[in-house]
Amino acid sequence: MKDTPLSNCERDFLLKAIEEKKRLDGRQTYDYRKIKISFGTDYGCCFVDLGQTRVMAQVSCELVAPKENRPNEGIMFFNIELSPMASPGFEQGRQSELSVKLNRQLERCLRNSKCIDTESLCVVSGEKVWQIRVDVHTLNNDGNLMDAASIAAITALCHFRRPDVSTQGQEVTVYSPEERDPIPLSIYHMPISVSFAFFQQGTYLLVDPCEREERVMDGLLVIAMNKHREICSIQPVESVDLQSPCHRTESQL
Amino acid sequence: MAGLELLSDQGYRLDGRKATELRKLQARMGVFTQADGSAYLEQGNTKALAVVYGPHEMRGSRSRTLHDRAVINCQYSMATFSTAERKRRPHGDRKSTEMSLHLKQTFEAAVMTQLYPRSQIDIYVKVRVGLTLHLVRGIIAEIDFFVIVHKHVSIVFQQILQSDGGNYSVCVNAATLAVIDAGIPMRDYVCACTVGFVDETPLADLCYAEENGGVSSLALALLPRGGQIALLQMDARLHQDHLETLIEAAMTACKGVSKVLDEVVRQHLQEASVLTGE
Repeated sequence: MKDTPLSNCERDFLLKAIEEKKRLDGRQTYDYRKIKISFGTDYGCCFVDLGQTRVMAQVSCELVAPKENRPNEGIMFFNIELSPMASPGFEQGRQSELSVKLNRQLERCLRNSKCIDTESLCVVSGEKVWQIRVDVHTLNNDGNLMDAASIAAITALCHFRRPDVSTQGQEVTVYSPEERDPIPLSIYHMPISVSFAFFQQGTYLLVDPCEREERVMDGLLVIAMNKHREICSIQPVESVDLQSPCHRTESQL
Repeated sequence: MAGLELLSDQGYRLDGRKATELRKLQARMGVFTQADGSAYLEQGNTKALAVVYGPHEMRGSRSRTLHDRAVINCQYSMATFSTAERKRRPHGDRKSTEMSLHLKQTFEAAVMTQLYPRSQIDIYVKVRVGLTLHLVRGIIAEIDFFVIVHKHVSIVFQQILQSDGGNYSVCVNAATLAVIDAGIPMRDYVCACTVGFVDETPLADLCYAEENGGVSSLALALLPRGGQIALLQMDARLHQDHLETLIEAAMTACKGVSKVLDEVVRQHLQEASVLTGE
């Protein structure tokens, strides 16, 4: 099903309001919406509410054979599901452009920045490693799925506990939670992504666009940072001329 | 990997270059006669072939036609045989789709699409990393492979090789030359370069070993004359203070690349005008 198209008057109204530095929900240009994080019953299950945008992340693990070129590192797998529950425009099963972009951005943000110690996930080098799988499901799309997904993913990873294992030679015993307490993952730092939306060819900048603002924006820039003031990834999601906005966003960061 | 010294004390890198030196860039335009525009570019050991068809009528989904500009369709592909481990998964890979999307974004910023409403421009790029092959033989082999594939289906055969920053820059440079060869008007050359940051020094034009050594890399596509950034992409951790220096280094490197590309275009034009007897 296609999204209802945005009418011209609504588009003009939004752009005019942004020129006057007003947003639909009364926020300032650099304000985030209210973030609420709650956890489910299992370890590694977490719900994030970013205003009305709601996503759920679930972390699970299993023992698999490692990749050939990295025999003593664990595997991290990320997946963002855009379900039709979130928005009528999303279609079940089809890998749309947005889904690819979100998935890749999440992978860059979390995997390339090496926030999890993958070597600690190795059980038997070359044979058995833990594969950590993070599934993010979008439950309601009110804009800025990327930030919500990144918060949910990193929170779920911090919350997750994996089963304890012991090795005796080649034999591996996996203990259930009743026998031995499960162990948390070793996380070096927590990268969080921040989305900036550009309007009027980069003249106006908004943080955390809601769904209406996303429809009229010219471009989107996603920057992932952690609290040590390190930038983990910069990614423009839509085409945008980056010169001046880049310098301004830097000063904001 | 821990033993590799990416920047020695004397300031030399793994392949003997200095920190701000670019790899050797060789390019040829007008490689295929069937396509509207084509270019072959070698940057170090990475070779890219770019082919441009268009502007022509919208093919495939008519619903994607834009009433006021042209649609740019990019396909990025790599050859299966040109890597250490043979890749199994053909087109549809997330990484190659992402690379195609990045290329599309970059060229939408540069090509003057308003001049061709309701039409489509196709840019196909094929990358091969590997051992040096004689230039002419390499082109012929690629031509056969490519033409056969293109005749069969509209989807270009795609496989992933290594889709990190280094590949992206080579693709963009090759595609720029191909678009110029096709005669499609652009605002400026699009030059791309990947820079990394090691020991407080920015390294220009990363090679494969440097990229995989855990260096924070930044890929930048620039329109040199106006200094406008078409695409900026960064991976791995980099402290906020270093970002400015890294972007500056990237912009200088891109301007260097643009000089080389400009020379290639002028030479090609000269050769072509000699042949037509002007």
